[in-house]
Order: sequence, then structure tokens, then C-alpha cells
Amino acid sequence: MLTQLRDQFRKTDVYKSIFRHSYQDTQRNRALQIVDNVFLHLHPVRVPRHATNLGYTWGMGGITFLLFIVLTITGVILMFYYRPTAQYAYEDMKYLMNDVPFGPLMRNMHRWAAHAMVLTVMLHMFRVFLTGSYKPPRQFNWVVGVLLLVLTLLLSFSGYLLPWDQLAIWAVTVGTNMARATPLLGHEGPFGPELGLRPDNDVRFVLLGGTEVGPPTLLRFYVGHCIFLPLIAVIFMVVHFWRVRKDGGISGPDTGKKNF
Amino acid sequence: MEQFLEIITKPDNIPIVALLVSVIFFSWLAWTKAAKNDLQDTPDEAKMDDKVQVWPYLVRVEFLMSIAVMAVLVLWSVFLDAPLEEPANRALTPNPSKAPWYFLGLQELLVYFDPWIAGVVLPTLIIVGLMAIPYIDINEKGNGYYTFKERKFAILTFSFGFLILWVALIVLGTFMRGPGWNFFWPWEKWDPHYVGVLTNVDFSEMFGIATRLPDNSLNPVAFIFGALCVIGLYSIIPAYWMMKKNSEFIKKLGLVRYHTIAFLFVSMIGVVIKILLRLGPPVLGLNPVKYVWVTPWFNI
Repeated sequence: MLTQLRDQFRKTDVYKSIFRHSYQDTQRNRALQIVDNVFLHLHPVRVPRHATNLGYTWGMGGITFLLFIVLTITGVILMFYYRPTAQYAYEDMKYLMNDVPFGPLMRNMHRWAAHAMVLTVMLHMFRVFLTGSYKPPRQFNWVVGVLLLVLTLLLSFSGYLLPWDQLAIWAVTVGTNMARATPLLGHEGPFGPELGLRPDNDVRFVLLGGTEVGPPTLLRFYVGHCIFLPLIAVIFMVVHFWRVRKDGGISGPDTGKKNF
Repeated sequence: MEQFLEIITKPDNIPIVALLVSVIFFSWLAWTKAAKNDLQDTPDEAKMDDKVQVWPYLVRVEFLMSIAVMAVLVLWSVFLDAPLEEPANRALTPNPSKAPWYFLGLQELLVYFDPWIAGVVLPTLIIVGLMAIPYIDINEKGNGYYTFKERKFAILTFSFGFLILWVALIVLGTFMRGPGWNFFWPWEKWDPHYVGVLTNVDFSEMFGIATRLPDNSLNPVAFIFGALCVIGLYSIIPAYWMMKKNSEFIKKLGLVRYHTIAFLFVSMIGVVIKILLRLGPPVLGLNPVKYVWVTPWFNI
């Protein structure tokens, strides 16, 4: 009875408009499963066997992408409960941690996924280096990868300020104090004072929106963290993934066979 | 020791412990694979170059890994709360004040260098240097499989930079730097009242050349001495070029590539030398070195 109903349903226009092929285990269907799916068609239909071997890839690039998705989702949820002003930010954090259902879980996941992502990006880079995967024709994709590493660090660093507690404000103070020592651009850097730079007009001032980490910094870091940096990171990620395919798929030893 | 355990189990420091464990594990994994490949004619990866369908062979690996990662992440988040300290207060500076863990290697470098080097020049060199790697490494071997034999210089240099100058300094900066950024062994208690007696000298003063004259102006002899030390280190680059310019390898590398590699490499060695000048002398009962070259505009 149920089988009949299912078979009937599979003949409807609605079903056929959604699912383009049957699920019988054939070579053709396995290929269609990848090609006909907008998300999976990031992949080629077939890959060399070592691409499925975790010992070779360590899975770190994929895990990094997964963590980015987790961060996007938990991040959007956190935005519902958070106001980026010095007056409310810390109160909102307390509210989130104590009164919002699943609030602590969302925040913890966001924080730990962020830390984990920094870690997996580093390990991914280490693996790509050790397998020589940056060598021709993949040189430019390595450069894109380095930019993504920098963006990951900036994303993590800008998010560090948002809880607006002692840990946040002092860690960011220590980090951004470096900016005032920038040669030519910072008021304590080499040739900075000679060029007329003061605490209120150098590169650190631009970064913080003030001479110290204060309410304008919070807003600046918030907008950077939630909109500007993720947007840039997504653009570079698109290029990164696309280039992986265009440069011949996953790296591997040259055995004379085409890799795609 | 109790305090050390407390520090390494601080929720925000879990990633560093994870970093340490995973870096050791993956270095070992890569090493065993490279050693095995180096002993055989075709690397293991080349024996696995037959094609498999992405559905299901790759997708199922991704699926299982995703589930594993999500499970770990959820458990981690259920059992360990992200830290939330007292509200931000500009009037209350914690001691020590530390940057997020991934920047602690750079913060540790502040012990050895002025902020403009440790906080600006070196990070820039790291990023630019990383981006340059594919263009300066013209060794065609070792593309797409683990090996050590075929790329000794590249792997040793990168591993030294990553494992020692990045990871080890992060560990040092997080776990062994206490109040006043003083060094504490794991079994020592962080004493906020500890005052490290440090009499720093400049490098020239180790040879009896005072950096400043009695009227506090810069001693030109010390200035020239310092300049010679720094320029001397970098002059290894053209000297080596002159010596080896007819060798097959250097010719293949070309002028621009050679100088980029040499500059980045010598700069990395320079960082190590400066660290040793700071940490070495106290072991021998001498004063640690603060600057090698003092100028009116900057100090190195």
C-alpha cells in the first residue's frame, strides 16, 4: 500500500520536477547525483582514490569550511541578542548566557568553532605545504589561501572584542597597540613623529575610531566582524574552491593520467 | 604545578593544547608517510591514482567527518562555557595582558624586538613570505605526495618557522609568561610581585663600546658598530651570490628569486640570532642584549 503510494508519488510532475533521476545504483546515477546537485557539483564526478584518503588530506580544508558554516549560522543567531554599543553589549552577553534558551550553547559553539577554525586553517596550510601542493599549476591558489588565513585571523580577532569584558578589551588593546608602532603610519613607529603623526591621527586611530579601545571601536569591530570580513572571506573562498577545480582537482603525483 | 594545570585547562587555552597535540600528531604522520615514500620508487599516492566515484566514496567521508566534527563541537560547547569576565574597565589593567592565543608568538617576540619589528614588520614578512613560496620554490619534485628526501631545504625551513617560531612561541607566551611578562617554569607559581632584575646591555657594550656618550648623545662608534652588525648579516646574501653565481642551481634560480629567498631566510635567522642574544648571555652569567643597533629613529 505504502509502496504503491510512493510509486504513484514518484510519477507526479511535482516529484519529477525536484528529483531529476532515479536512485538505482548505476554509474550514471552516481554521476548525476553530483552533477545535478548545486552543492555537490563543487566536486568532480570522479576523483583519484588518494583524494578520499584522510591520511593524505587530513580533511582540514573541508573541516575549515564546515566550521565557517557553523560560525555563520550561530553568528546570525547571536546577532538577534546582541547590541554593539558599550552601554548594552555586556548586559546582552549576560542575558544570553543566563536567560536565552540555548544561548550559552550558541555562544560556546561560536567561540569554540572560531578557535578550532584558526587551528584547522593552520593545519590545512601545513598539509598543503608538506605535500608540495602549492607547486604548479596551483601557485595562485596558495596565495588566495594565505589571504584566507589572514582573513580568518582578522575575523577571530575582531570577534574577540564583542563580549566587551575585561578579556576582550585588553586582548584587543594589546593587539591593536602594535598599530601605533607601524613605520611611517604610527605615532610611535620609525619616522612616524617626523611625519607629524600623533595618537589622534595615525593608523591606530583609524582602526579604533579613537585613541583607545572604546565604544566606537566596538561598533567598528562589530560591523567588520559581521559584514565586511565575512563578505570578503566568502569571495576569496569562492575563488579558492573554484581554483581547486580549475587547477586540476586535488593535488597528486603526476602519473601521466589526467586528474579530471 | 597546580597553577600550570590551571592555566592549560583554562577554557580559552584548550585550542593551544589541541594545537600542540595535533601538530605533533600530524608531523609524525607526515614524517612516516614521507619516510615510506622516500624508500620506494613510486610514492603511495601514485599507487592510489585509480579513479573512484565521488558519490559515494568521497561524499561519505565528508559526511562522516562532518558528523564527527559536529559531535565534538557540541560536546565541547555543552561542557565548557566560553569565558565571560568582569565588564570592560579601562581603569583596571590585568597583569599579564595577553592578546588572543594565535598572536601570542608575536607578543612573545616583543621581548626581543621593538613593537615596530615584532608587531608590524615581522607579521608582514610572514604573510608576504608565505605568498612568495610557490614562486621562489622552483623545485619541481615533491608535487602532490609526501616526501622529505626531494625537498629537504623547503621542508626544514617551513617546519622550523611553523613548529618552532610560531607554535613553540605561542606555547611559551601562553603557558610560561606570567605577570610582567616574566618567565615562569611550569612548576613555579606566578608571582605578581616578582621583579626580574634585568640589566640589559646593547650588543656593542659587550665589546666595551658604550651606546651613549656621557652627555647622553649617541656614540657614533656604537652606531657604526651596530650598523655593521646588521648590514654584515644581510651582506651574506650578495657575498654568497658572488661565490656561487656560476653554480647550476643559482643560475636556474635567477637574481630576483635568489635574493627574495635569501632575504626571507636571513631575516628568519636574524630573528633566531636576536632571541639567542637575549636568552643566551644570562646562561653564561652575562647581561642579556637589548639592541644590536641603536639609531635616533629606530632600534634593532
